[in-house]
Amino acid sequence: MGEKRPRSFYVLAAVFALYVLFLYGPMIAIYILSFQGPDGGLTFPMNGVSLVWFSKVFAGTGIVDIGAAFKRSLQLGLVVMVLTVVISVSAGLAFRKSFRGASFLFYVAIASLIMPSIITSLGIALEFRLLDDFINKSGVEGWTTAMGLYTSGLGAHLTWTLPFGLLIMFAIFNRFDGRLEEAARDLGATRWQTFRHVVLPIILPSVVGIGLFGFTLSWDELARSSQAIGSVNTLPLELQGLTTTVTKPDIYALGTLTSAVSFLVIFLALVVILVLQARQRRHGSDAGKGMV
Amino acid sequence: MVQDRKSLVAWVQAAPMMLIFAAFFLLPLLFVTIVSAWDYNEYEMIPAFSLRGYTDTFEGCIADLPDLCTILKTYVKTLKLCLLTWSLTLLIGFTVAYFLAFHVRSKTWQIVLTLLCTIPFWTSNVIRMIAWIPLLGRNGLVNKGLVGLGVIERPVEWLLYSEFSVVLALVHLFTFFMVVPIFNSLIRIDKRLIEAAHDAGASGWQTLVNVVIPLAKPGIVIGSIFVVTIVMGDFVTIGVMGGQQIASAGKIIESRLNALQFPAAAANAVILLGITILIIVALTRIVNIRKEL
Repeated sequence: MGEKRPRSFYVLAAVFALYVLFLYGPMIAIYILSFQGPDGGLTFPMNGVSLVWFSKVFAGTGIVDIGAAFKRSLQLGLVVMVLTVVISVSAGLAFRKSFRGASFLFYVAIASLIMPSIITSLGIALEFRLLDDFINKSGVEGWTTAMGLYTSGLGAHLTWTLPFGLLIMFAIFNRFDGRLEEAARDLGATRWQTFRHVVLPIILPSVVGIGLFGFTLSWDELARSSQAIGSVNTLPLELQGLTTTVTKPDIYALGTLTSAVSFLVIFLALVVILVLQARQRRHGSDAGKGMV
Repeated sequence: MVQDRKSLVAWVQAAPMMLIFAAFFLLPLLFVTIVSAWDYNEYEMIPAFSLRGYTDTFEGCIADLPDLCTILKTYVKTLKLCLLTWSLTLLIGFTVAYFLAFHVRSKTWQIVLTLLCTIPFWTSNVIRMIAWIPLLGRNGLVNKGLVGLGVIERPVEWLLYSEFSVVLALVHLFTFFMVVPIFNSLIRIDKRLIEAAHDAGASGWQTLVNVVIPLAKPGIVIGSIFVVTIVMGDFVTIGVMGGQQIASAGKIIESRLNALQFPAAAANAVILLGITILIIVALTRIVNIRKEL
């Protein structure tokens, strides 16, 4: 600390600043342009400032029922978030004990993470198509399809969010002091009590992080949903469809609204994480200290 | 007995994840493989063995020699995009990770700056693509700026809906996947090794090449696997940023699907998967990940 920084620091700091500008610059441009005046176009300069394009999005004029897609994506995102948290935490606990097939499950999760999304999406589409054919052949009257937002769509999203959840759980438990659980057991806590009162409070900030990944990855998911969502579209799919016909800044307004939801969720999650960590420091400050 | 109970509990805890992956990942992959060897006509797949999906894909590949047929041209183009994106994300990702790991000294700043790089990852990819339109379009900021400066006489067209914009967007979207694993490798390097290199008379550059980069290899390989698999299978970025005009391995599958030619789409998926696995195997040969972890 305090020693003079080498010249390479300033060069690298400049590169980093440029990278951040590269990351945020274009996004900020469309946030500004979404407040374009009524006669304004898709590019700068701003032709006045207005909320016209936002009201167009809310009114639904020009853009196909965007409100419904918004709601669908929001609901699906919340369901994916809850399932990702529960399933990842549960599996994370399993990996702390040894069980047959542990490394198989780990490799499957990694494979699911790096599998090109179009292949996963195609596979799920085929699976449900074959299932529909099978049900039709077995003579069910009036059967249309099993494919839908909460069947194939939900599954497609989970193949993307669960690997992240599992990896975060690994990161948590790599740093977790197992003696805390032993101590709880020695004091007579049941398995559930140990989890509820010892393990969960400690890992809670990271669990919120898993929820953050679960929601935002689902909210923005596109490639895996593309073939596997059925007849209705999620918001990113509608947005992608609009890119080919975009002529007015209403697409920017929609983009700004979508991002606002993401930023709100990120902000809430970070606040919750900070509050939880502060609480841990206050209440649990001497936990484990006597043991080291 | 206690051990049995314990592993039973572990099984129950792991079961939901296993079931989800079985139902929505492993089984679908199996169906892709099976259906790729089915017959098909204009509107449906026929469950009878046929290699038509594959032969149709490679149609004209021998007859057209020495010219490349459509599928090979597409793969060459996809590999080219992949190579460009990979080298750029690696260069930028390594530099950013190096700065974060070695030059940012306070833990708080490290977290804040890492978060700054992560937040875009939690926002929509489509919007991050659309965001280039006001900058790169015909009347975009870049063209206006260049015309204003007198560098070019009239706006250039190749900035948007071109291979340039595709690579730019891919780098923009996916450098994050390089930064995280490389940062993770760099942060674990014992700082005393670098001091030792310095004391032994190594220059900054020599330390970087002979000490830091070899130790960062696991992170580099993991990041590369992410970027390569994403770009090889990409059809969204190439579609949106290429103005739906550029063919890629992923886009072939998408267009076959839109034509309801499922066996052909599946055959292409199997080919894409095979090539992706080959690249991953080649990458992991460079470094034994399991040993390094």
